[in-house]
Amino acid sequence: MRFPALVTLLALLCAALFVLSLLVGPAGIAPGQALTALLRDEGALTMVMREIRLPRAILAVMVGASLGLSGAAMQGYLRNPLAEPGLIGVSASAALGAVIALQTGFAATFALALPLSALAAAGLAVLLILMLAGPGGSALALILAGVAISALAGALTSLVLNLSPNPFAANEIVFWMMGSLADRSFAHVLTALPVMALGWVLLASLGRGLDGLSLGEDAAASMGINLRVLRLRLVIGVACVVGAATAVAGAVGFVGLVVPHVLRPLVGARPSRLLPAAALGGAALVLAADLSVRLVLPDRDLKLGVLMAMVGAPVFLHLIWRLRRTE
Amino acid sequence: MVTGLRPLMVGLLAGLCLMSVAANVAGAQSAPERVVSINLCTDQLAMLLAAPGQLVSVSDLARDPRASAMVAEAGRYPANHAGAEEIYLLQPDLVLAGSYSDPATLSMLERLGIRVERFEPAYGLDAVEAGIRHMGALLGQGSRADAMADDFAARRKAFVTRAGGPLAASYSANGYTTGAGSLSGEVILAAGLRNLAQERGMQGGGVLPLELLLLSDPDLLIGGDTYPGASRAEEILHHPALSALRAQRVQIADRDWLCGLPHVLDVVARLAAERQDLE
Repeated sequence: MRFPALVTLLALLCAALFVLSLLVGPAGIAPGQALTALLRDEGALTMVMREIRLPRAILAVMVGASLGLSGAAMQGYLRNPLAEPGLIGVSASAALGAVIALQTGFAATFALALPLSALAAAGLAVLLILMLAGPGGSALALILAGVAISALAGALTSLVLNLSPNPFAANEIVFWMMGSLADRSFAHVLTALPVMALGWVLLASLGRGLDGLSLGEDAAASMGINLRVLRLRLVIGVACVVGAATAVAGAVGFVGLVVPHVLRPLVGARPSRLLPAAALGGAALVLAADLSVRLVLPDRDLKLGVLMAMVGAPVFLHLIWRLRRTE
Repeated sequence: MVTGLRPLMVGLLAGLCLMSVAANVAGAQSAPERVVSINLCTDQLAMLLAAPGQLVSVSDLARDPRASAMVAEAGRYPANHAGAEEIYLLQPDLVLAGSYSDPATLSMLERLGIRVERFEPAYGLDAVEAGIRHMGALLGQGSRADAMADDFAARRKAFVTRAGGPLAASYSANGYTTGAGSLSGEVILAAGLRNLAQERGMQGGGVLPLELLLLSDPDLLIGGDTYPGASRAEEILHHPALSALRAQRVQIADRDWLCGLPHVLDVVARLAAERQDLE
């Protein structure tokens, strides 16, 4: 498939899922009525559409695009298809940062305190991963480092929530580890957007560098690509998008694994093309997952991570199987 | 063989039941002298009804100002943490527990030969009255309990439910609300209000999606406690869409209607006053 056609197709898919996402909810509003209420002020109905369903759909796009993009970027840099923020502990670390900020009250001190705390923790995790696995490092080192970081971050998140004076906090360990978009508002969109947007810009600018890197480090250096700058942008970019996404929606895993895996053959394995395609694909996948949790178990707040793991784990196992045969 | 055993088993079971009834009757006759309560609601009922010195310990929850309406009274009793070992060492002759207390703890105490009484949570105002009388009978304080229960019934008569009252909804963390078959649901009705959850056919408690709350447009929104620290569960209470509701707001502390105690009628009175405001 030609690249512009693929991007158009993915954008259309996103748009369709976005509209569908606005039409699904417990109130069971007729589609036509829902869309007119969105555009024209019709009291409570408009409130439901604009303040409840719209921010949820927008967040699904933002979170999905962020996770798809960060997966594609990390995989391009590490040249390893297993590098995904959820699997290697970046999301879990971001959740830890967010939980610490919320429970210490730091998150309430200024508007961006929450995403910046998640960003800091996520950035630390990315740096650790790069140190432990290194560019072009083995899959084994990458996954083992990821397992250790995920486990530690997950345990500390549980600890912080268990120590909280808030009786509801301990029940939310599953939210932070699995992610959900239920009852998010525009306050969450505005919290996440500035940090996320910075990350998008940084990651989107990586295309040429990652293309060069796919030929090897020496080739990339001879093309005039500064690997240290590339690495710095990657770390900050991934930390920004994963931190901001996790701070408002919890840690949603596997998006950054599944989407690049499916799209890579369609873009001729070129990182510069995979980046935008993965962003759109991630948005479509999270929109679809968030639609499914509302359709499958409407009143249970089924977590996004549950669905993503069902889709993602088989892909992950398949990748490991393939890697095992080549190594 | 199997059919031959069956009557024997039934006979044995019946015998056991008779024995336990006999034990209960004996217990009612001679009032227990060392009573330990391990459940927030039995704590408070027992403190209201027990004779001086009869109640040895209440649970630590009774000292929690968010959960308990009798913090000062609870401070006069040693606190327990509902663990079998510490309870056994208190050498009680009666342990008061809730029907949702840890069954492992209760069966351990029973194996050690201690009498355990389990109280159902009060799912309505009738159950409050029955609970007072039941507690009185167990503690051998029947006349005191009867007086309290009669007073409760008399005060309750002042409140009437009605069909066309304003629409109220309790709304707390996670979008939780209570409908028919719950104490708070009945308290709302007794105040002459209609309860949104009940009109939507919800039994007991459950989650009411924010969308549905907005579209139902209640007249009165009943909020609960907020807790320190942060939780995603409580974020829904600060959702911008909620502030657009034109409903009148009232806060009822959880402790005031968590347990089936006589003072739930104070909550009825407060809600009835809100209703008069609305009408």
